[in-house]
Amino acid sequence: MKNIIIIYLAFLVSNSLVAQDKFITQTGHTKFFSSAPLEDIEAHNNKVQSVIDFAKQEVVVSMDMQAFEFDKSLMREHFNENYVESEKYPKAIFKGTFSNGSPIDPTKDGAYTVTVEGTMTIHGVTQPVTTEGTIVINGAKVNAQTKFMIKVADHDIDIPKIVFHNIAEEVEVTVDLKYDPLNS
Amino acid sequence: MKIRTLFFFSVAVLLSVGAFAQDDLMNLLEANTEESIHFTEATFKGSRLINGHTVETRKQGELEFLISHRFGRLNSGAYEFFGLDAANVRLGLEYGVADFLTLGVGRNSFEKTYDGFAKIKWLRQSKGKRVMPVSVVTFSSAAINTLTESSPGEFPDLTARMFYTQQLLIARKFGSALSLQIMPTLVHRNRIQEREGENDIYALGVGGRIKLTQRVSLNGEYYYRLNAEEYAEDDLNQLFNSLAIGFDIETGGHVFQLHLTNSRAMIEKGFIAETNGNFFAGDIHFGFNVSRVF
Repeated sequence: MKNIIIIYLAFLVSNSLVAQDKFITQTGHTKFFSSAPLEDIEAHNNKVQSVIDFAKQEVVVSMDMQAFEFDKSLMREHFNENYVESEKYPKAIFKGTFSNGSPIDPTKDGAYTVTVEGTMTIHGVTQPVTTEGTIVINGAKVNAQTKFMIKVADHDIDIPKIVFHNIAEEVEVTVDLKYDPLNS
Repeated sequence: MKIRTLFFFSVAVLLSVGAFAQDDLMNLLEANTEESIHFTEATFKGSRLINGHTVETRKQGELEFLISHRFGRLNSGAYEFFGLDAANVRLGLEYGVADFLTLGVGRNSFEKTYDGFAKIKWLRQSKGKRVMPVSVVTFSSAAINTLTESSPGEFPDLTARMFYTQQLLIARKFGSALSLQIMPTLVHRNRIQEREGENDIYALGVGGRIKLTQRVSLNGEYYYRLNAEEYAEDDLNQLFNSLAIGFDIETGGHVFQLHLTNSRAMIEKGFIAETNGNFFAGDIHFGFNVSRVF
């Protein structure tokens, strides 16, 4: 009985004593680009937060909507106030799992192409997303990049016909995350 | 007994393994994240509530061109086309010197008045790391009446033509649909006409907006004069508190404001201290503000 308990305890401890397979960033970069007949609109967010876990091949990304910066402050205001309603829905959240056939070992340097499957929650509406991405491991640094399109209507974001700062029905989202090891 | 304990123990261990899902990663992310300050944006759609200012200032480097109209009175009848034959216009330019400082100039055809003002944002409503319940802005304006004298000695010197307004604008956005503002105000007039009350008029303004749709809001504004002159019911010179209701319609770079008010003037000294229309007797001016930000 005692032995069994010791084995169990060892098992419990082993759960928390995993290798360095979690990485974190608070300063990830996301760009969204909308090309509409009247004008192109581009916005940058340099405060994207993300954790990547190689043990489970999982990633979560959290974006503060108010941190998107535009050329014109009025665009930023309309983006927050009228399109994504950031007061009600302050964050966009992506949760996903990635795979490239075999699990990626974060101790081995190299560039890996991965397929990321998950859900994107914007404006309080969650939609499935599948995209191709790259993960580059270089020593203790991990860099993840991906690009995908989002249909604005899928997230119940309304585009009126008569507004001046019009956004396209599909916007291109480019994500570039540079991670550091998470010391838990 | 032992078997049971062992069973529960096993379940607990297995659960502890299975609990690491993405939610767990999300919690981990949140646990490692510092809270940031969230400043409230767009308490109001424009820099004007209706007649008076809101706490909104222009961002640094932005220039706003503002055209305001107040027509004649609705009760002036069909011959005057219900007031539309008479129009007062104010043209204004407002520039964001810094995010917290807006300077503006304007010219009002009513009493041929030029005005200049400074708006300074002292506090911004915020939540998150720093909680601030209201936005606070001071508004200071000086105006000069350039009408020719209607009688000799009406304006003995330049100072007699000057007016000053000091306002404190305190506003809070209660969620995205409702914003309210109170405006303690002092209007100083160097020289006043007979029956216009005191040189210094103290007033308390209240106003707000309710969003009807994402881009349309219903606004209201009322300025209560604290030291108003007493008038007889039928006195033709009697003055009233300024009352206004209107709509804001936003189309991106423009904000259209359509309103009904008993005030004809479009600067504080005029509509707060010298409104001579009785809203409830039909002395209502239709008007609009059109703003374009560059």
